[in-house]
Amino acid sequence: MTYLDAIRQGIWEEMERDPSVFLLGEDIGAYGGAFKVTAGLLEKFGETRVIDTPISESAIVGAAVGAALAGLRPVAEMQFMDFIACGFDQIVNMAAKIHYRWGPAVPIVIRGPSGAGVHGGPFHSQSNEMWFVHTPGLKVVMPATAYDAKGLIKASIRDDNPVMFFEHKFLYRRIKEEVPEDDYIVPLGKAAVRREGLDIAVITYGAMVWTALEAAAELEKEGLSLEVVDLRTLLPYDEDAVLASVRKCSKVILLHEDTRTGGMAGELAALIAEEAFEDLDGPIVRVTAPDTPVPFSPPMEEYFLPNAQKVVLAARRLAAY
Amino acid sequence: MTKLTRQQLHDLYYYLRLNRRVDEQLVSLYRQGKVVGGVYSGLGQEAISVGSAYALEPQDFISPVIRNAGAMIIRGFRPRDLFLQYMGRRDGPTGGRDANTHFGDLARGVVAPISMLGETVSVAAGIALAAKIKKEKRVAVAYVGDGATSTGPFHEGMNLAAVQKLPLLIVGENNGWAYSTPVEKQMAVGSMAERAKAYGIRAVTVDGNDVLAVYQATRAATGRMRKGGGPEMVECLTMRMKGHAEHDDARYVPPKVFEKWRKRDPILLFEKYLAAKKLMTAQQKSAIEERIEREIREDVAFAEASPFPDGANARGGVYSKN
Repeated sequence: MTYLDAIRQGIWEEMERDPSVFLLGEDIGAYGGAFKVTAGLLEKFGETRVIDTPISESAIVGAAVGAALAGLRPVAEMQFMDFIACGFDQIVNMAAKIHYRWGPAVPIVIRGPSGAGVHGGPFHSQSNEMWFVHTPGLKVVMPATAYDAKGLIKASIRDDNPVMFFEHKFLYRRIKEEVPEDDYIVPLGKAAVRREGLDIAVITYGAMVWTALEAAAELEKEGLSLEVVDLRTLLPYDEDAVLASVRKCSKVILLHEDTRTGGMAGELAALIAEEAFEDLDGPIVRVTAPDTPVPFSPPMEEYFLPNAQKVVLAARRLAAY
Repeated sequence: MTKLTRQQLHDLYYYLRLNRRVDEQLVSLYRQGKVVGGVYSGLGQEAISVGSAYALEPQDFISPVIRNAGAMIIRGFRPRDLFLQYMGRRDGPTGGRDANTHFGDLARGVVAPISMLGETVSVAAGIALAAKIKKEKRVAVAYVGDGATSTGPFHEGMNLAAVQKLPLLIVGENNGWAYSTPVEKQMAVGSMAERAKAYGIRAVTVDGNDVLAVYQATRAATGRMRKGGGPEMVECLTMRMKGHAEHDDARYVPPKVFEKWRKRDPILLFEKYLAAKKLMTAQQKSAIEERIEREIREDVAFAEASPFPDGANARGGVYSKN
């Protein structure tokens, strides 16, 4: 099953299990969504539970908030996570602050494709998860595997808080694995060690998990052992898992596809410096995209994106420190 | 037209006067330095909050904005809730986490306002959408001012409600001014109703200082919605009789505008109506006034006795458990 099919199956199961779950978004009904994540759901659940909306991201999120206040569990699709900027206020000022201000739960999921690698250019490729990681009241989730994609979307739908669910469009059809038909969830806030290692911990998430694993396979031939930690949830993130790997390896690379300044790596570096300073045997190293918009043309996008080779080079330098 | 009983008319009078007294009391607390931040008065606009909210049913939802204290009181909040909120006290509905009318309660069908105007239109549309999905006879009411109708979220919310034929009532408060900006600099079409009609939303314009006109228009619109009709707007023409908040002396408003509207004060108009139709005795009127004074006195005392919250209460409550 692909990563994309796993998301669909997770949504499907939750809609079957709980009649209060419904979907809204642009072109998600008869068309099945721009990437076909919601294909077949209209036929199965009907148009009261799979609602095509106008091109109005603010209204999509706002209506999801209202429906959640009235007892439903909406799952709103952003056609591309880049477009979420148009609904930003409803997320950061409305949804994220309601529980803190006056108490009600706001069980909404806002999901959609993010990330680069498909030549989408500046408006269809961004990794904008950090806009939301800096907003208390939200949860931010980013699966790397098909198993997690299903388990995390189900956990997100069941969560009583607004959850930003970042799917990686590069992984949609490239990741295929056995995914159980059973009802299971992957709990939010828990990282996973994707590969055990001894020399350098690579803390990452999303598509970069696969990049890190590719680098680890190559470096193994040189006798360098990388541990790969997949955060899975960025807010709240699994501090214990991060610190455990850092303490074990004593050297750490923080890897993400997002741009450098203000990225997740900066937050993790601060945590490690505060909590595991004595455990470090080398500088904290970041491998990230540069601070630019995502460029369109293939050679430029390739230059922009972190890849296994960049991780390998960084790891060799760090190992020699 | 819905026929109102004498008791209902007295209720309306009570709420109008109570709304006014709450505002006056807040100004007094502000001048005593007890209010944290500003006071946003609904002076002169009470008939809109009161007439519309009084026309609703218990299962309905309202999404008020800052000048709709009257509507919130009709939904079951008390003056003390406003005093506590404005003074940032521990026992207020948000426990000091937010200010002024920024509070709500799902059990009372009140969505807490936020400062970004227009955003609540689609939230109210979402409540109406849930009613449609669950086949409940519930309407959602979003209050918006003339200024809010210039925001993108207002248009997106209106359009979504229209396309989905949602039971959403927009109570438009055209009070002539958005902070210091007059309505003619806010929109070229001249009325909020015109904007609604552009989305295929039925809209009427009524005298917002006539509580009965607001009540009847709300009652008629929500009645159609309960039978499956789509969204509507009731545009209420009124005047904001103060500045944006207490700090603002509104010198940008020509004095003759205030003079003209002062003669059309909603409480004055309603008193004249009740007197002309002999619907309220002098005794009944003074009993209502006494009741209000007692309630205000008790609630001010309660609010002033409430301590400030512990600073550490800033933490916690960011996430719902589960």
